[in-house]
Amino acid sequence: MLTRRIIPCLDVKDGRVVKGVHFVNLRDAGDPVELGTRYSDEGADELVFLDITATIRSRKTIVELVRKVAENVFIPFTVGGGIRSVEQIDELLRSGAEKCSVNTAAVSNPDILTQAAQRFGNQCVVLAIDARRSKTKAGHWQVTVKAGTEPTDIDAVEWAVEGAKRGAGEILLTSMDADGTQKGYDIELTRAVADAVTVPVIASGGAGTLEHLYDAIVAGHAEAVLMASITHFENYTINQMKEYLRSRGIAVNL
Amino acid sequence: MWWQKVIFICFSTQQLNDSTNSMIAIIDYGAGNLTSVKRALDYLKIPSVISPDPKAVRSAKQIIFPGVGHAAAAMKKLRERGLDGALRDAFAAGTPIMGICLGTQIILSRSEEGDTECLGIIAGTVPRFRLSDPALKVPHMGWDAITVKQKHPVLCDVRPGDEFYFVHSYYPLPSDPSAVIATCGYETEFPAIIGAMNFIGTQFHPEKSGSAGLRILKNFAAWKGAPC
Repeated sequence: MLTRRIIPCLDVKDGRVVKGVHFVNLRDAGDPVELGTRYSDEGADELVFLDITATIRSRKTIVELVRKVAENVFIPFTVGGGIRSVEQIDELLRSGAEKCSVNTAAVSNPDILTQAAQRFGNQCVVLAIDARRSKTKAGHWQVTVKAGTEPTDIDAVEWAVEGAKRGAGEILLTSMDADGTQKGYDIELTRAVADAVTVPVIASGGAGTLEHLYDAIVAGHAEAVLMASITHFENYTINQMKEYLRSRGIAVNL
Repeated sequence: MWWQKVIFICFSTQQLNDSTNSMIAIIDYGAGNLTSVKRALDYLKIPSVISPDPKAVRSAKQIIFPGVGHAAAAMKKLRERGLDGALRDAFAAGTPIMGICLGTQIILSRSEEGDTECLGIIAGTVPRFRLSDPALKVPHMGWDAITVKQKHPVLCDVRPGDEFYFVHSYYPLPSDPSAVIATCGYETEFPAIIGAMNFIGTQFHPEKSGSAGLRILKNFAAWKGAPC
């Protein structure tokens, strides 16, 4: 039976892992290679590295980081942040990443999903969506781009469906409203997207307790749960998360 | 001096040839993430070389045939580089060969992916998942447990409940059921590891399956090619 995945997320800025609230007020959380290796040893199913600086200079740093991680970590990992072209995806995959996540570039040029899927297969194309609850339309979420700084008129659920159709093999869905609050995932958003697409959805943003993980899977219909604050600051180990989920009847790789 | 360079080049070519014979050759056919297999072997301190050269494949101590990608594109590249013949020769010569994912699939006779004629080293087909449960997604992607059906030296320390990382929409289906070494379930039971003689192939990615996967690669490196 396919197990539900526990995925620690490492936001990387200037070569360090950081974590903030609602994408701001960043705290230092350690060295990315060290932390990645630790999570892998502790039993994480996958890792996600997001380059949150995403400048031309940081691009070289992130390729270097991917190489170092790949020398030490033998579980799949996704890299994202500022990816603009299929060539960049090629470079990151060659450097050892299993998947690449695209966010802003996919909104401005959705064809990048198709091109990347045709060239590398849809299993390594992840569409990252940062969604914010609409203030005007109840039960709707707006896609935001540029690390959450720029709202668009695009509906998050529709965009997920379209992205999957165009070649994304997985959706990394972050609730901007919940991110870093540790008050729980946006279950309504997660379920709306997970029920609308046929590809796996990774719930992201808001994990604070073990029950939140359970809710995202059972009520939110997520295939995988992503977390940052609760692992970086050692509230819970990966093992504790898996033990808990298993005790509540969810299949995990333990 | 120029002659120093010549001596150096002769020496290093010689060294390279010698070393290929004592190394695992990872077949480079322009597809797939060869580097992750290489990195896993480096981590285990197992000497290996990524090579597109049919000669190196024929003379290798062992061969890993990895792959992510499309069956038709992979077969085209193998034929262009003369690697299809080299693989058949190596198999006939008894060289231990390990397939991974697409590498395991195209060892068989035919794949539904692009209706592609494959190597036919082992008789069988590569069907696509046809699932009736709409909640199950294709590709089958993530960590899943396997059931070992037959003892095999490469699987000697696989423990019940060990899980491996899968990502695939097609699966290998050998004609001879005795070539199924382990299975996995995804609505139906499908072969997760196949093997015959000196070939063993996994549908999952041992190089991305954490410590359980690394143990399989380590066991393969110690395997002389004799089945149980």
